[in-house]
Amino acid sequence: MSALSASIIAACARALAGPSVRWVNVRPATRQRVYFANHTSHLDFVVLWSVLPRKLRALTRPVAAKDYWSSGLRKRIAVNAFNAVLVERGGKTSEGDRIAAARNTMDMLLEALGTENSLIVFPEGTRGNGLEVGPFKSGIYYLWSKRPDVQFVPVYLSNLNRILPKGEFLPVPVISRVVFGPPLKLEKTEAKESFLGKAHAAVCALREA
Amino acid sequence: MNFKIDHQMFLILSGVIGGLVVASLVGFALSRRVKSEERKAAIDNLNARIRAWWVMIGIFSISFIIGPAGSMLLFGFISLLALREYVSLISTTRADHRTLFWSFFVFTPLQYWFWYEGWYGLAIIFIPVYAFLFVPIRLALAGETTGFLDRAARIQWGLMVCVYCISYAPALLTLEIPNYHRQNAKLLLFLVIVVQLSDVFQYIWGKLMGKRKIAPAISPHKTWEGFVGGIVTAVALGTSLWWMTPFSPLQALLMSLAIALMGFAGGLTMSAIKRDRGVKDFGSTIEGHGGILDRMDSICFSAPLFFHLTRWIFVSPHPSWFH
Repeated sequence: MSALSASIIAACARALAGPSVRWVNVRPATRQRVYFANHTSHLDFVVLWSVLPRKLRALTRPVAAKDYWSSGLRKRIAVNAFNAVLVERGGKTSEGDRIAAARNTMDMLLEALGTENSLIVFPEGTRGNGLEVGPFKSGIYYLWSKRPDVQFVPVYLSNLNRILPKGEFLPVPVISRVVFGPPLKLEKTEAKESFLGKAHAAVCALREA
Repeated sequence: MNFKIDHQMFLILSGVIGGLVVASLVGFALSRRVKSEERKAAIDNLNARIRAWWVMIGIFSISFIIGPAGSMLLFGFISLLALREYVSLISTTRADHRTLFWSFFVFTPLQYWFWYEGWYGLAIIFIPVYAFLFVPIRLALAGETTGFLDRAARIQWGLMVCVYCISYAPALLTLEIPNYHRQNAKLLLFLVIVVQLSDVFQYIWGKLMGKRKIAPAISPHKTWEGFVGGIVTAVALGTSLWWMTPFSPLQALLMSLAIALMGFAGGLTMSAIKRDRGVKDFGSTIEGHGGILDRMDSICFSAPLFFHLTRWIFVSPHPSWFH
């Protein structure tokens, strides 16, 4: 049931967002990857997931915010259809709580990756205005330092904020674009700042591609 | 509504399919003969266009077989896709969101529903008057004043061209023409054939002998040779199809001329928008052709004129000097 409903939702998402898809210097592959993209709309992971080839979709798990995706129908869509990993975000007051939450999230992501899955993450952590790509949170760096064998593939999503902007619930069918870029090339000893800088630049570079 | 598939319709559809078979064979022969890379790209594009024509004619024929509701639904859907390409290309802001939602999911279906119900009076003023007024009202309620008139005009323009003007094509099915009962589908077919032949022959004549550019800043491929050759060919073929229409041969000639000229004007105008936005095509939905709106631009402009001319001759009450 979940595979079917996911296919139906993917077809609806493609019909609504009419995405044109480009793979620039990278090919779809079943090897383990972390797709990281700019974030402007709740539709982001649905559309990104729906443009992957069918074989890859079964292996790819989106990472989504628990506060939005854990009620009623949304939860059923996210968890049953997409096998999403729901994580806590922000809002913690004390330093200790924050560290504990981050550790918990990292454990969930590593478990979700396992030995054959890929992930879809949005390292900005929150939806931007669609004009600039905000600074990346450091979670993606810690994920890489635990699993440097996984390819980190940048993705740029355009126009999804125009389909379903922040705070709206009715969509408008604007044509969107999904551009996949070449996996990050990293040194074994890449420092956090340098990693985040490269990752951010890789996503921005696809804007004009 | 007036609809029937008769032997004339079979004849003309066979003619269209025959023409397409010839085009496919020529395309295939050309692809075997060319050697140079540059030529090859041009022939590949030609063959992609011909393949897309098969698909378009297939879809069009199916909607015809379904009946008037099929044609209304098909053109309504085309309007939605055209409006989507238009809206995607122009810049809109967050504050336009709800107005755009109304345009797509309320005004477009209503416009086609009015035609389907045969409410001529409402169908011809709904978008030019009521949607025209609604758009700025809704934008004002959204409370964002930056670029207000600009934003309102863009949405109004999109609704007029992509929804209102295109809806005149299936509206031909609603005309009550004496001695032409239940045959209006052929009138719609006549419009589509003449417009598309004009486009195709302007392309072919332009490729073969195009030299003097008409408006190089707007459309580098539109030449006087292509324009004249395309219009003359389309008018000649359109006139030769007078038997499928309620027109006399002379009327069919003048109608074809009006359709072809407006079609050309439509292509040129829509190209100006594309150049302003810095793109070649509105989309990539139809292989080799670009987007839906790239194929429909000439229909947008010719359908309203063709509808009103036909209605004026055959349907309207005329002033005494007309007879």
